[in-house]
Parts: sequence; C-alpha cells; structure tokens
Amino acid sequence: MNWPTTARLGLARGGIELRQTWTYWPDLLQFVTFSGIQIVVLFLLRGHHVPGASFSLGSVALPSVIGMSFVFSGALGVTALLCADREDGTLLRAKATPGGMDAYVIGKITNTSAIVLIGLVGSVVLGLVAFPGVVLTPAGAGTLTWVAVLGLLATIPFGIIIGSVIPSPRFLALVMLPFGGLAAISGIFYPITHIPGWLQGLGQVFPLYWLGLGMRAALLPSHLASVELDGSWRLPLVFGVLALWSVAGLAAAPAVLRRMARRESGSRVAARRERAMLRPTT
Amino acid sequence: MSDVAAEVRGLRMRYGTTDVLHGIDFQIRTGEVVALLGPNGAGKTTTIEILEGFRGRSAGEVTVLGTDPAHGGEQWRARLGVVLQTWRDHAKWRVRELLQHLGRYYARYGTPEFPRPWQADELIELVGLTAQANRRIVTLSGGQRRRLDVAIGIVGRPELLFLDEPTAGFDPAARREFHDLVHRLTDQERATVLLTTHDLAEAEKLADRVLVLAGGRIIADGSPDELALRMSAQAEVRWTVDGQRFVHPTDEATAFTRKLFAQYGGAVEDLEVRRANLEDTYMALVREYEQ
Repeated sequence: MNWPTTARLGLARGGIELRQTWTYWPDLLQFVTFSGIQIVVLFLLRGHHVPGASFSLGSVALPSVIGMSFVFSGALGVTALLCADREDGTLLRAKATPGGMDAYVIGKITNTSAIVLIGLVGSVVLGLVAFPGVVLTPAGAGTLTWVAVLGLLATIPFGIIIGSVIPSPRFLALVMLPFGGLAAISGIFYPITHIPGWLQGLGQVFPLYWLGLGMRAALLPSHLASVELDGSWRLPLVFGVLALWSVAGLAAAPAVLRRMARRESGSRVAARRERAMLRPTT
Repeated sequence: MSDVAAEVRGLRMRYGTTDVLHGIDFQIRTGEVVALLGPNGAGKTTTIEILEGFRGRSAGEVTVLGTDPAHGGEQWRARLGVVLQTWRDHAKWRVRELLQHLGRYYARYGTPEFPRPWQADELIELVGLTAQANRRIVTLSGGQRRRLDVAIGIVGRPELLFLDEPTAGFDPAARREFHDLVHRLTDQERATVLLTTHDLAEAEKLADRVLVLAGGRIIADGSPDELALRMSAQAEVRWTVDGQRFVHPTDEATAFTRKLFAQYGGAVEDLEVRRANLEDTYMALVREYEQ
C-alpha cells in the first residue's frame, strides 16, 4: 500500500464531496434547516437563566450544542453517509478500485470532520457576536482545539462502526432515537445537575456530556464552572474519557469496516435495492 | 502475458444447504470474449462475483490473471474492470469529475503495455458522453448512465473486463452503440471480456465463445456456430414458386435445395435457408437439460 498516494486520493475525495455539500441543494437545504433549528432554539433559550446563576441559558447551551455537533454531525453524519453509500453502490465501487476502500474512508473522515469544524467556527462566531457571556481567551482557544481534535477521534470511528453494522438507511431513524435520549441526559440544553443522579451517572459514561463540558470550559467564563458537577470543568476527566472512547473506536472500527466491506457485492447491493423498491410508499 | 486470462476448476458454491454451483470448469483465453448464458438462478452472477473477488467460494480452484481472486491484492484489482448489473453510485458527482478521480487510482499501476489510466476526456468521447461531461450523474438517462458505468469499468484499461448484463434496459440504438464499443475495446485494447446476458442475439454478435450455465452446471461450451451445429442439424428452407410460399424443415438442407432446383429450375424464387440460431440452440439446450 502506497500511503502518500492513498492519503492524497482520500483528501481529494473528501474535498470533492465537501464541495458537493455546499453546491447540491438538497444537501445544503438539510444543513441550513438543521443549523437553523439549533440557532432558533438557542435564541429562545437566551431569555432564560441558568438555575442558580444569573447567566443566560442560551449562552451556556451554545457551547454544549457545539459539543453535540460532534456526535450528531460527526458520528451520525458519517453513519448516514456510509449507509447511503452502501445502498447505492458507492462503497462497492470503492472496493472495485485499487486502493479505493482506504481512500474512501479517508475521504469520509475528511468530509465529515470539515463539516463539523465549519459548524464549530460558525457557532463560535455566532456565540461571540450574539450571546453575551461567550468568550474566547487564548487559553480557551487551546482547550477548544484539543477538545475538538479528541472529539472527532472519539465520535467518527463509532459513526463508521454503526454505519457498517446497520443493514439499511431505513434503520437510521431507529439509531437516532437513543441518541436523542442521550442528548437529554448529557446536559446539552439543560444542566445535568438538575436530572436524577442515576441518569447523571449514565450520561457521564458517553462522550456527549464530556464534549459539551469541554466546549463550555473553552467558551464560558471560569466562574460558571460552579454550576457544573463537582463545581469544576474537570478537564483532566474530559481528556481521559474522550481519549478512552477514541482508543476504543479506533481499535474496533477498521475490523468492523473491513468485515462489512468484504461482504459487499453486486448482488447484495441489488438485493438491498430490490427490498427498498418493494417497500410500500406512503 | 499468459495465454489464459481465467481458469476455473471444480468450482462449487453452497449457500446453507443449497448448492448453487456443482463443480464447474472453464477457461477464458486472453483476448477472448466469452458470454455466460443461462436461465435466472443458474448461478451466473455467483460465478462472476467469485471471479471478481467479491464473493468467497465453497470449493474448487479459480485463477484470474494468474491470481486466486480470494487473495487478489490491489495490484491484481488494478488489472480488472467491473461493470455490474445496477450501479447508482456517486449520484452527486459530475461525469468528468468522477472519471478523472477514479482514473488517478490506476496511475501507479500503468505499464508500457497497458498505460493507465485512460484520459477522462478521451474516454468520455469514446462512450459518447461529451455533451454530458459536466452534468451531475443523477441527471443522466438510463442509457447514458450505463455508458458511464462502462467508462468507469474501463478507466483503468483493464486486461480483463466483467460485464454483467450490460445492455439490460437499453433501446435498440443504445444497444447497437454499446456493441460497437465492446468491439472497439476488444479489437484496439486487446481486452479479455466475460459477459453475462439474457439477449442471445447479443451473445451471438459479441462472443467468441458461449458458456451455457443451467442448474449450477455448465451444459455447453463452444462458439455460437459450434453450438448451433451440435444441437441441431436441422434447417428451414423457404421459397416461392409462382407467387406461392413454401416452408420445409429438413436435416439435409443442401440435398433438399438441389432437388428443389432439379424439380422447378428457374421458377424457384426468394430462396432462404435458415439454420438454427443461438436462441433456438439455447432453448433446446435448456429444455434438454431440464428433462
């Protein structure tokens, strides 16, 4: 395997697909709608206050929503892309091309990471302009950077795993459901301190809570740490938990992906397509 | 380059308790166009997918371009072209963009004999998509999409090209254009081709050799003419005398025609001797097998 060439091809592929996201109107519409809803929710929260502090709930939720984007645009984004590419044969095409699978995966990671990071930059700018209390100090920028890098590493491999395991895009909605539940117990729109203790414990198992916490640590004044669990940003734990998820994901994803790719063939793609067409349209 | 592009010995495939292939043997020589025919469920797609390296096998020996497809690496993959029955991939990409991108994967596998890849614009012209070069693939018609599939299949200048029902859903004009394209490929590019089809006229037109697969066994192997001769010596003679049409099936077409002229002389008009074509042969073969 010639890695420099494969990496270059993967980056080129990711770049082309990224450009398509901004020039293909169904994709653009989806992105604008999704971001629009988030912005509206944040503005609605702006008038409310964090329980126990005189600080806008909207300004606290904004960094949390950035953290959430790693899971929803990152992990689930790559899951949806992988699912669609398995269904329409794009993945099989990669398999039929020499070095195609490796470049394909690099391309997906490039494309998805870029979408998450573009959203991150946009949200930070929006926060600094429109949400009083959101600040970006040099130290905060440092935190933002390492949380973002670890965030991508902790989420995208799991997106690839889920996208390799679920049998068809029809199951995507089913996958979204538990993630919605996870968002509710991860202190994204509402502080985790105000939910029952056992749910707090459960929420802290997954990376979503720590991504939100890390982003709040990066973008909010330090005195706001007082309303968090333990009254602290717990940055070493943010690092530790995200690093653990990264290691687990990176260890498991290649094998799961390879196993899925090995089983792809023309007749499997055709069979999936047939099932999709037999599905009653309502 | 070896004289044999692909060799299959005792190939078996079993799904659960069902045997799909019962030990098949065949050989594809370099530069040959071989058509794999057979009723639905005969095992054509399974066979071709095993040769493409997309599917494992239960037993038997398979060699494709000197390598076992189950262990074919990227170097081996670069020498193959694959056109499947249904491709809907890369819908958002543009025609030239995709061909240029996919071509780059083959660049490092070029040899003096097979310079790789094919130039995107040259290839686009070859398959007649110049007017669509900057269109998104999702906007192509069925026939245009199929021609793009063929272009992608050959962008790496394959030494062996697999075509799985390449003209399904084509109108007659698109079908003829496609046949011309395959002729060009095999004449100018020295490519070896294995194709499956349900269109027997297509097989007759394109293939040097026909393999008939039924019930997981190869029941016939030969050139279209050889198969026709083997299956039926019978021919149909048609003629008119004084404006009246006659049809007569016979095993001895030459002798019968000679007799005809001896009897009527110059009064015989519109004489036609029609030998069984591949379709007649194929139907007879499959019928015979099923009994």
